[in-house]
Amino acid sequence: MDLGFDEVQMLLKNSAREVLEQECPITLVRAMEEDERGFTSELWQNMAELGWLGLSIPEQYGGQGMSFFDLAILLEETGRFLVPGPFFSTVVLSSSILTEYGTESQKSEILPKIANGDLIATVAITEPSATYESNGIQLTATKDGSNYVLNGTKLFVNDAQIADIILVVAKTDDKGDESNGFTVFIVDKNTSGMTITPLDTIASDKQAEIVFESVSISEENVLGEVGKGWDIAKRVIDLGSSAKCIEMLGGADRVLEMTVEYVKDRTQFGRPIGSFQAIQHHCANMATDVEGCRYVAYHAVWRISEGLEAQKEISIAKAWVSDAYRRVCAIGHQSHGAIGFTKEYDLQLYTRRAKAQELAFGDSSYHREIVAQQLGI
Amino acid sequence: MDFKFSTEEETFQNDVNGFLKQELPSDWTGETAYASSDDGWNFNLKMKKKLAEKGWLTLGWPKEYGGMEASIMSQVLFNEQMAYNRAPGIDIWGIKMLAPTLMVHGTEEQKQRFLPPVANGEVQWCQGYSEPGSGSDLASLQTRAEVDGDEYVVNGTKIWTSNGHRADWIILLARTDTDAPKHRGITMLLVDMKTPGISVNPIVNMAGMHEFNQVFFDNVRVPKRNLVGEENRGWYVGATLLDFERSGVQYSAEARRTIDDLVGFIKDNPSSNFDLSGREHLRNRLADMAIETEVSRMISYNIGFMQSQGFVPNKEASICKSFSTEMEQRVAETGMHILGLYGQLTSDSKWAPLRGRIERTFLRHHSATLASGTSEIQRNIIATRGLGLPRA
Repeated sequence: MDLGFDEVQMLLKNSAREVLEQECPITLVRAMEEDERGFTSELWQNMAELGWLGLSIPEQYGGQGMSFFDLAILLEETGRFLVPGPFFSTVVLSSSILTEYGTESQKSEILPKIANGDLIATVAITEPSATYESNGIQLTATKDGSNYVLNGTKLFVNDAQIADIILVVAKTDDKGDESNGFTVFIVDKNTSGMTITPLDTIASDKQAEIVFESVSISEENVLGEVGKGWDIAKRVIDLGSSAKCIEMLGGADRVLEMTVEYVKDRTQFGRPIGSFQAIQHHCANMATDVEGCRYVAYHAVWRISEGLEAQKEISIAKAWVSDAYRRVCAIGHQSHGAIGFTKEYDLQLYTRRAKAQELAFGDSSYHREIVAQQLGI
Repeated sequence: MDFKFSTEEETFQNDVNGFLKQELPSDWTGETAYASSDDGWNFNLKMKKKLAEKGWLTLGWPKEYGGMEASIMSQVLFNEQMAYNRAPGIDIWGIKMLAPTLMVHGTEEQKQRFLPPVANGEVQWCQGYSEPGSGSDLASLQTRAEVDGDEYVVNGTKIWTSNGHRADWIILLARTDTDAPKHRGITMLLVDMKTPGISVNPIVNMAGMHEFNQVFFDNVRVPKRNLVGEENRGWYVGATLLDFERSGVQYSAEARRTIDDLVGFIKDNPSSNFDLSGREHLRNRLADMAIETEVSRMISYNIGFMQSQGFVPNKEASICKSFSTEMEQRVAETGMHILGLYGQLTSDSKWAPLRGRIERTFLRHHSATLASGTSEIQRNIIATRGLGLPRA
């Protein structure tokens, strides 16, 4: 057992922190909340040049060929710095499943563009049913010659407004089930019949509604096999939920750090409030939650990266980290007092995102249910 | 990172499991309060000899003291298997407290005299630290040791002495300088429990078990050669940072076993009072307990890993202790909720589910967040030593 990072991983972690300290100041994070696109081409290109956008893309497609685990190390830092933009949608989700399920021509067409920063991609699973269960998918794709025609609505799609391609999970067989009823389509943003409407969200992240009205997609743009799309959707949920845990870990660690800095500095009754046991125990509880997050999160990601069965570990991690990060933010606020409640103070940037991250790819209730099933109760 | 154990570690884990399967009775559900009954104690002694024969009592000791010098992770796995199986046979005071302390601070004569009996499983040690007036503020202890020729004369009393009524020897902290600051007037002495002037009074806990005692010292004469380290340096001798495994993995192993017992029981009794269908809140709570147990286990593995890399876990050990013992209490409470009215039955009742184990665990675990540093003291350590917050 080795729970440390190797030399290459340490280098990645340290350089990510250095770069993001420079390139992703909190002023940028705040500006991007107000920005329609939610990211700057400058930072995106910078990330491409650093090799981050192609980190886990195979070398023959212009990437670095590193592992999902290595990608997670980067995510701890992007979570810490609240990096704005479509990194998660494009790199963690889209490039991973395109690499895994794409045909040779799909891969050679799309992956190099992702790696060099020329293409933004996202995945559309959820709908107004607001569930990650397959029975929530109502959007249909009906065969019409060599095309499929998509009708329905996707909701809570991250970065849809700026995506060049959207990987859409659709129902292709009304009577089908998870093993044969769903198909994933690679949909170009310029395809006619799509209406994208941004959603106003708690985290000011860029989520959208996409309405599909007779959107015609060539069968060449099926990702993986027709009917086998739920396997891909499930893979997205697995990768997404475990990777979110690492992102949340990075954020939680920073909230703890901010709070400790604050309570050392803030004076009341003639001494730093951090010398009061009530505050000390708040901080100890936060440190315990953060320590608890770290190894269950990395364990889940490690199992995925090694190609091992990981359902239980993923759900344990997502259930725990979702709740723990929310607790860390809440105690952080209590320890900060009124100043932490202001828009001007940075703590709220984390708290609002923590809620969005908790909800993404299944909240603690969703994953707790999976753990219960795994226990056989 | 690599969460896999090495092939040797896995082989060793299987050896330990095989051994426990062979040595524990087939209907063994575990009796952790083995000091409470003569039968329990005799079985503990038998297991101790067998573990000694395997060399597993001294798994982590250096070879020069007859140990196996096993890796920290092997020790973690050993402790995990022992705890999961609720197997007796380990004298933690002799093996994990006295021995490492003597290896660092003991004289050659002390090492020769005291270490082999511990390694061979021939002696039982206990710990004389807490006093009626000195709990979390241990350094305020009042038991006196005064020099008289070649001896110390000890007067005072120690309390919460686990296994005091079974022990051959006690590791004693006593005050030798009443004028010095409180941490600097304490001395560590090794005292034979058969010495005239020592008396032991039982303290029965709320679960009806006799593990604790109060030990009284009335002009007890202790030879000076039983002094460990320097006089008045006992606080620091006692606080020696030890290289032995202190992952706290036993907490998650015990909790995991309780959860496995509960899940097995629920599955064995379908359509009964214990069925969780329709009782979603209890099903969720049990799932939460499984989640927390895994969190605790990972925290422990990381402590083992840190130690294997030569780092001294500090806030990590306190995080593990407070989180995991509070979790153990939640696990026991969850078990009691699931069992409903049946949960109150003690082991003697023919109606008692799981032979009353959950009821006993529920009662016993009230002490888990108190023993070896309360949850509050652990949080103080995390905040001050771990996060650098100013002391009050």
